[in-house]
Amino acid sequence: MQSFEQVTGTVAPLDRANVDTDQIIPKQFLKSIRRTGFGDNLFDGWRYLDEGDMGMTQNERRINHEFVLNEPRYQGAQVLLARDNFGCGSSREHAVWALLEYGFRAVLAPSFADIFFNNCFKNGLLPVVLPAQEIDRLFELATGPQPLELTVDLHKNEVRHAQGKSLGFSLDSHRREKMLQGLDDISLSLVHADEIKAFEAKHRQRQPWNFGQH
Amino acid sequence: MSKTLYDKIWDAHSVTTRSDGQTLLYIDKQLLHEVTSPQAFEGLALAGRKPWRIDANLATPDHNVPTQGREQGIAGITDLVAKEQVVTLDNNCREHGITQFDINDVRQGIVHVVGPEQGATLPGMTIVCGDSHTSTHGAFAALAQGIGTSEVEHVLATQCLAQSKALNFRVEATGSLSAGVSAKDLILGIIGKTGTAGATGHTMEYRGSAIRELSMEGRMTMCNMSIEAGARAGLVAVDDTTLEYVHGRPMAPVGAQWDEAEKAWRDLVSDSDAHFDTLLEIDASQLAPQVSWGTSPEMVVGIDSSTPNPANATNDNDADGWQRALEYMGLAADQPITDIALDRVFIGSCTNARIEDLRAAAAVVAGKKKAKNVKQVLIVPGSGLVKAQAEAEGLAQIFVDAGFEWRAAGCSMCLAMNPDRLQAGEHCAATSNRNFEGRQGYGGRTHLVSPAMAAAAAIAGRFVDVRDWV
Repeated sequence: MQSFEQVTGTVAPLDRANVDTDQIIPKQFLKSIRRTGFGDNLFDGWRYLDEGDMGMTQNERRINHEFVLNEPRYQGAQVLLARDNFGCGSSREHAVWALLEYGFRAVLAPSFADIFFNNCFKNGLLPVVLPAQEIDRLFELATGPQPLELTVDLHKNEVRHAQGKSLGFSLDSHRREKMLQGLDDISLSLVHADEIKAFEAKHRQRQPWNFGQH
Repeated sequence: MSKTLYDKIWDAHSVTTRSDGQTLLYIDKQLLHEVTSPQAFEGLALAGRKPWRIDANLATPDHNVPTQGREQGIAGITDLVAKEQVVTLDNNCREHGITQFDINDVRQGIVHVVGPEQGATLPGMTIVCGDSHTSTHGAFAALAQGIGTSEVEHVLATQCLAQSKALNFRVEATGSLSAGVSAKDLILGIIGKTGTAGATGHTMEYRGSAIRELSMEGRMTMCNMSIEAGARAGLVAVDDTTLEYVHGRPMAPVGAQWDEAEKAWRDLVSDSDAHFDTLLEIDASQLAPQVSWGTSPEMVVGIDSSTPNPANATNDNDADGWQRALEYMGLAADQPITDIALDRVFIGSCTNARIEDLRAAAAVVAGKKKAKNVKQVLIVPGSGLVKAQAEAEGLAQIFVDAGFEWRAAGCSMCLAMNPDRLQAGEHCAATSNRNFEGRQGYGGRTHLVSPAMAAAAAIAGRFVDVRDWV
């Protein structure tokens, strides 16, 4: 997993609450058996005016120039600014892969859905929870005359920009450490392989019906 | 110290605390399907790892299998990309010796219908699947959670999930549901109150007289949609209804082991003085059949109501959200729900494709015909075995006689990954779980309802109050 220490980039404001993972990456793109190839189809239903499918190239598509990510000033944005309950719905990790492949490294929102939030930490996309009024303020700045440049600093647990005071955010220390170092989750768990084996043996005695052969 | 049902299952599966503070939770069962598993198997192979415990896994293809032409098996999948995914699941299961009910097996079906049907889902288990509707299995007092693909790989490699404990959310459903009002209406009514994020960070436990009176099918419908309230898992305590359903299932324990299991399972209830962090009460007797009008499951009202008016919203976020949803759905503010005409009807999905759901729909349909303005009514049973049973009970014939289409098992038009989908602008009465934009097909407009409400809408051509029909 790629680590996350600090990212400085343009903020793209997506001013909708309850953005679900079906919108982040629509179902027709989930037929892939790979982890890559999703970036062009991030927010497909909103980014384009026609119906997309796997194998279509971007120059075959009709661009929706009204959609915020298509505005010239937000090209190359690395930080997505979002509203409440971002990433609700389906557990598809493809949503996180698509955001990363498009170029986002961090998402700022007042709240996230659980499974999406969890999936972010498996891939090096940093979800940052900030108070609603701070998010409101960032929306004002990001939609203002000049694009908002912002730094998300995980070493200092803060978000800072030239147009205001820096904002602290909190994050479980375990998630933070894993992101900073880009640690492999499975290796972390397999350190405990002997304990898992010992537990399993006792568990099998206590609840043998859970170990039936298919 | 007194414990909730969730506390009990959590404690019984906690292996250790990892150096980063997360608990390793032992997983008894992992269900696998074709869409979220290929990258997990690939990751496992790339790291040179093997599955920890083969017999903890059970697989079936469901998300993108076609519901027609199934006699041809794999060859009947005309979408080559979808076919590759189904073949990849076959290959991965064969390589590792994982039991799979493949596309040709009568036991194939929606993974959340198959698990309980086979007795692979047992009370007290921890269950995961790379699908958010894994919460379904909580109806059996099993801690069942939807996970991402990285976690699928993690469970394959370690037989554990690394996570922090959630909070406890208690839903107390008092009274009894009226005739014509079902578990689907109850859970939609609850989501209407909590909102789609109201239970984020919690495990929900559904309790009260209205829950105890539900069949296992009804309880599965309730737990299935916990994720639509933001909860990763939903639970219902064990009672006689649970045990009667499980007993005799192919993978359930038998003989002395059943007796031992039953004794342990009887304890799968929250202690009377257990602490819950959040409480929601709902009077089931006051509930009307529910219909979703918007693009989020929380956008739901009774059949006797109208769409909301953004001018009456209490905050800007709601006003914007309602306005955008009304526009997408092609509806006006303050429009009576009974004014909404339907183009298609879909009865199926992991929420409502079990035998009891089909019986409820058939009871409404018997002897009647599909309305002319309704182009298509798809009935998609949850598994090959549900299909066979419905045919044996004569339900399939009732649907066919009414002009409905009787299909083979799969997720179908719940998420429209297979060829079953809406055209842009079409309104669909659906017994599934999500009314997100484009969920059932690009530009499609989904209204979430119960099987009986969907069936009545198919006959009337618009939404009607099924309480007047029963």
